[in-house]
Amino acid sequence: MFAPFMAHAWIVATLVALVAGAVGFFVVARRAAFAAHALPLGAFPGAAAAGLLGVNPLLGLTLFAALGVIAITQLQRGERREVASALWLALSLAVGTLLLSLSGQYAQGLYGLLFGEVLGISARQVLGVAILSALALGLLALFARPLLLDSLSGELAAAALGRARRLEWVFLLVLALSTVMALPVVGALLVFSLMVGPASAARALTDRPWRALGGSVVLALLVVWSAIALAYLTDWPVGFFVGLLSGACYVLGRLRGPGAAVQTA
Amino acid sequence: MVLTAGFLDNEPMRIALSVGGGAALVCAVVGVATVMRRQAFAAHALADVSSAGGSAAYLIGVNPLLGFLAMAAAAAGIMEWADVRSARERDLLTGVVLGAGLGLAALLLYFDATVRSVGGAAVTVLFGSMFAIPAGIVPLALAVAAVALLASAIIHRPLLVSTLSADLARAQGIRVRAVALTHSVALALAVALSAMTVGAILSTALLIGPAAAALRLARRPASAVALAALIGLASTWGGTVLAYESYYWTPGRGWPVSFCIVTLIFCAYLAASWVGARAERPQVQHPSGCQGH
Repeated sequence: MFAPFMAHAWIVATLVALVAGAVGFFVVARRAAFAAHALPLGAFPGAAAAGLLGVNPLLGLTLFAALGVIAITQLQRGERREVASALWLALSLAVGTLLLSLSGQYAQGLYGLLFGEVLGISARQVLGVAILSALALGLLALFARPLLLDSLSGELAAAALGRARRLEWVFLLVLALSTVMALPVVGALLVFSLMVGPASAARALTDRPWRALGGSVVLALLVVWSAIALAYLTDWPVGFFVGLLSGACYVLGRLRGPGAAVQTA
Repeated sequence: MVLTAGFLDNEPMRIALSVGGGAALVCAVVGVATVMRRQAFAAHALADVSSAGGSAAYLIGVNPLLGFLAMAAAAAGIMEWADVRSARERDLLTGVVLGAGLGLAALLLYFDATVRSVGGAAVTVLFGSMFAIPAGIVPLALAVAAVALLASAIIHRPLLVSTLSADLARAQGIRVRAVALTHSVALALAVALSAMTVGAILSTALLIGPAAAALRLARRPASAVALAALIGLASTWGGTVLAYESYYWTPGRGWPVSFCIVTLIFCAYLAASWVGARAERPQVQHPSGCQGH
């Protein structure tokens, strides 16, 4: 499993877990699980479009992730947050079906985009993922404090910083960046389990926000590494193990602590 | 638009129209309550998780609708059983159930492709293929639709009260948890039907889209349900016919049915929110104002 052809998979998965663990902490704190699900899944038509036009899939993914951020924030103006996410998701997926059907490579491409394809990652892809994760983590580090404050109390943050609206943009942008990089590896559907499961467990283990952030990253790393190892041994899809282990994280967190002590994080 | 004559004589088309119509009706009724109860995410999670059931059905070779139903009901059961009160916990739990269910779907679809060599299962389960619905499903689908409609009709009043205020509902002697559970079951049925029609991951569109559009226009729940049913039926039937006709305009491949249906729903939503916003503005400026304008 440590053969040379697996090296790229390990590097990329580690980067993805670092970012997903960190972003996941804020996803949980901001109750944004649906947005965290809708952005990756809603970006997958971008890859289909890129396939159709024969350009780099990261380009298409970035475009659709950006469109997703704009659509969700715009729809949120007159609509409930979860309805806005649902509408964007439905529309982009519908476009995705059309693009896949036009490109004629329906079945094979679809599965990889949705559930991930760890093998066969090129060196250029590794570089792209590294740049995007650095960007996402940098943005997150810059805005970590205001984002946390805003998650705890929107009014307080608006009073102290006066830019609650912009923070939602920043948050969705970071979410979109992490989405774009993670999607080709763990797949659109499971970027999101990597964000929710480890972060929820970390939150139950400690009531210090920054410690929970660290715990979330560590757990995400453990989940991804074990998932790759298990997938290598069984030949089953990585996505299955990521979903299963993330769910296990959540269950462990609930058993360990009621979660009530952790209203803050 | 000039329709090709005789599309009603086409057997797959008749099946698609009846299953789609049933799904659209149920989704409208259940969807309005779901949007009002802020359960759009839960509804979407049920839909995605049900795709694991659909994939399992292909693996063991049973009616896919049964698979969708079983998995949607199981996920709804887990979420009701965990009984989390705070909105944050509910959001998390929904997310975790969704992630685990999708992981399972990934595995089952992989087995579909490797063990049973049903390569197209992923596409059929996730994005639906309405024109390939076997005729044997129609009676079951219509029965499921009838049960879901009946359940929604029975609980519609207590559900509305407990949506507005759980305390008020309890004071009136309404068993809030039983009502919520019944609604979840109806939601699972609606999701399964809709997964059969437009596919598991697109079924949210049929459930949330028409309801959200109707709630932009209607002032009362009853008229919202009627309007949602109208929008849902029109989009589903319109989209089906459009997809059928598109085989004649496009070279070779037609447009996917699910794409046509969801696009029509989204257009209806945009139109509804535009009309809704226009209707609200003059009322604010001239309270006595010219309504007929």
